[in-house]
Amino acid sequence: MSKCSMGLLALSSLFLSGAAIAQEKIKVGVTATLEGTYTVLGEDGMRGHQTALNVLGKKVGDKELEFIVASTDATPDSAVRAVRKLIEQDKVQILLSPLSGDEGIAVKNFAKTHPELTFINAASGAQETTYVDPAPNFFRYNMDGAQWQVGLGKYAYEEKKYRKIATVGEDYSFIYTQVFGLVLEFCGMGGQVTNRQWVPLGTKDFASVIAALPDDVDAIYLGLGGADAVNFLNQYQQAGGKAHLMGGSIMIDQTILSSKGNAKNALVGTIAASGQADTWEDPGWQKFVKAYQDAFPPNKRFPSPSLLATNYYGSTMALILALRQVNGDLSNNQAKLKEALAKIEIDAPNGKIKLDSNRQAIGTNFVTEVVDDGKGALFSKVVKVIPNVNQTLGYDPAVFSKIGLPSRTVPECKKY
Amino acid sequence: MSRFVERHPAWALIAIIAIAVALWLIFAVWPPGLEEAIGRKRVFLNAVFNGITLGGLYFLVASGFTLIFGLMRNVNLAHGSLYLFGGYVGYAISSATGSWLLSFIVAFILTALVGILLQVIVFRRMEGQDLRQTMVTIGLSIVFADLMLWACGGDFYQIQTPNWLIGPVELPLITAIKSSGEPVYLRYPMVRLVIFAASVVIGVAMWLALNRTRIGMIIRAGVDDRDILAATGVRIQLVFVLVFAFGAGLAGIAGVVGGTFQSLSPGEDIRFLLASLVVVIVGGMGSIPGAALGALIIGLAEQLGSVYIPTYAIVVTFLIMVLVLAIRPQGLLARR
Repeated sequence: MSKCSMGLLALSSLFLSGAAIAQEKIKVGVTATLEGTYTVLGEDGMRGHQTALNVLGKKVGDKELEFIVASTDATPDSAVRAVRKLIEQDKVQILLSPLSGDEGIAVKNFAKTHPELTFINAASGAQETTYVDPAPNFFRYNMDGAQWQVGLGKYAYEEKKYRKIATVGEDYSFIYTQVFGLVLEFCGMGGQVTNRQWVPLGTKDFASVIAALPDDVDAIYLGLGGADAVNFLNQYQQAGGKAHLMGGSIMIDQTILSSKGNAKNALVGTIAASGQADTWEDPGWQKFVKAYQDAFPPNKRFPSPSLLATNYYGSTMALILALRQVNGDLSNNQAKLKEALAKIEIDAPNGKIKLDSNRQAIGTNFVTEVVDDGKGALFSKVVKVIPNVNQTLGYDPAVFSKIGLPSRTVPECKKY
Repeated sequence: MSRFVERHPAWALIAIIAIAVALWLIFAVWPPGLEEAIGRKRVFLNAVFNGITLGGLYFLVASGFTLIFGLMRNVNLAHGSLYLFGGYVGYAISSATGSWLLSFIVAFILTALVGILLQVIVFRRMEGQDLRQTMVTIGLSIVFADLMLWACGGDFYQIQTPNWLIGPVELPLITAIKSSGEPVYLRYPMVRLVIFAASVVIGVAMWLALNRTRIGMIIRAGVDDRDILAATGVRIQLVFVLVFAFGAGLAGIAGVVGGTFQSLSPGEDIRFLLASLVVVIVGGMGSIPGAALGALIIGLAEQLGSVYIPTYAIVVTFLIMVLVLAIRPQGLLARR
């Protein structure tokens, strides 16, 4: 239905464009994971993007923004293919891309081959994207996976008294980054991470993974997302799992908390950390939630925006505000726009965001706990708000660079 | 059996030793040294059970495939699409009515109908032209995949497990002995056991139907020599349609099973087509016991592989296929 109406819209705008030749357009390409394991995440990201357009409008001075959407499936090659298609066929000038970690690294590298264009990260959160050899025309207004875990290790150790945990995560860069952030903090406090299991993205049958979970730990950390998380929880319930759980940022958001069935109830009481919390009372956040809820009928959205919707909202917002600052001036290889983007500070729904010298966001992080609202709907409740989280997680940059890049085994479980 | 032992005493000995070791691994309490070397017994037992139950699912998909091939020599590469179609139908029914069992019946009937249409409209027109059939079914599978993507979207669907099947059961298999001397039994998801039991029942029923009934006799005769069978006055086209409908219906049921303990999404059709191809190549094209053996081997290889050699788990399946093709190209249990 929405596809159909969008098609009609595109068609009618094609006819109308003949009438309104005078109006100049700025073409922006958007990618989202509308296929594969992360489909629900991509769809909600696009809802966040649409909400931003509803709130801010599409006009920049006397120019109109035109958005062209391409689909990916969370693999790096699909992202590069989509971005290449947007640039070469649709002739877009600015990119709002991509959604997922490995895609982010690939698109950042691709961005270097088009230094004249501007790339704004939509939602991807691998550390390497902006930390290692960053592209000068790639801007990221969301924090990375490690920043999103700040506070969780400490809370688990001090409040929940967990001493030994094990992790299960999808085998790719974003989850490596998330586990990196968790392990640094938790092991820094004196905790132990006894076992790290990695499963391929898109795993269907978790039965053997669940069987291999250790018994002698206080909690199990789940770094899964989308369909993988739902599959895992379903089979975890079938296997009668009872352990305490901890969650990564895309494990504990509405993409999972409002999934069908009752397997998600295993998550009640789970502690997690993320760039947002559903029940935050900040007026800016509440306004965003309202705008999101008003933009779509209840059966076409989640009860509250997911992390992806928030990220897409923030990146779209940064782009539109920066474009307005320079009055849509894209001359001289978009130099003015890039300068404005690097300097801009946005009042995103999830707190103030500014960029560091690598064009990576410094923002606010939230430690949360999953609660049942009494009517069967699950939400993440704020436990702690941590402002000004930077990419080196408060470590001295020299110390931080010695830890190494997030991977299956890095960082080691020790105090750095 | 005894002839096999007489002819290949060395192989028989190896087989007996392997079976004995497997039984010991499953039933005995593992000594501490072994646990240190290859991990806890619970993990091993779970992987074995998961392999067997996954094999049950593969058998459901592959048996229809192999039955159709055995009788009609049709390589139906749209078989995976029938699987996914059955799964979506099952999802629609179970979410609309809340009845899990009803979703099996409706999925079976609807996919069987699609099977009948395929046989009457497509395969009957190009009987005996293997290459043309193969190409047409590849084309059809692409068309079906796109139609289903259009209708159901790229989202993941999971069929709700009925409440009486949720949760684990304790099996009388000891995984470890606590320090207090109390044995710890294996806990295993109920739904997987039920699904496995169902696939065994279907497999045995198929074997009985093929070997003990008149229609089974006709089908077996058709497998051996179609032309002579037709010459004896059997309405061969009717038999073809029935077998095709039954094989397609089985794929539909498998779709509901797959949607219950895994999930449904675009791309699953290709995954299960590939799985059933590998299964029937290993087991022997056209042989039902072969499909059962192949499904068991592939299921076990996938699950044990994902636990003990996670990085190379995907390769193991294809290595087995390559080995079988090299040593016994007609498949392990093929008659010819």
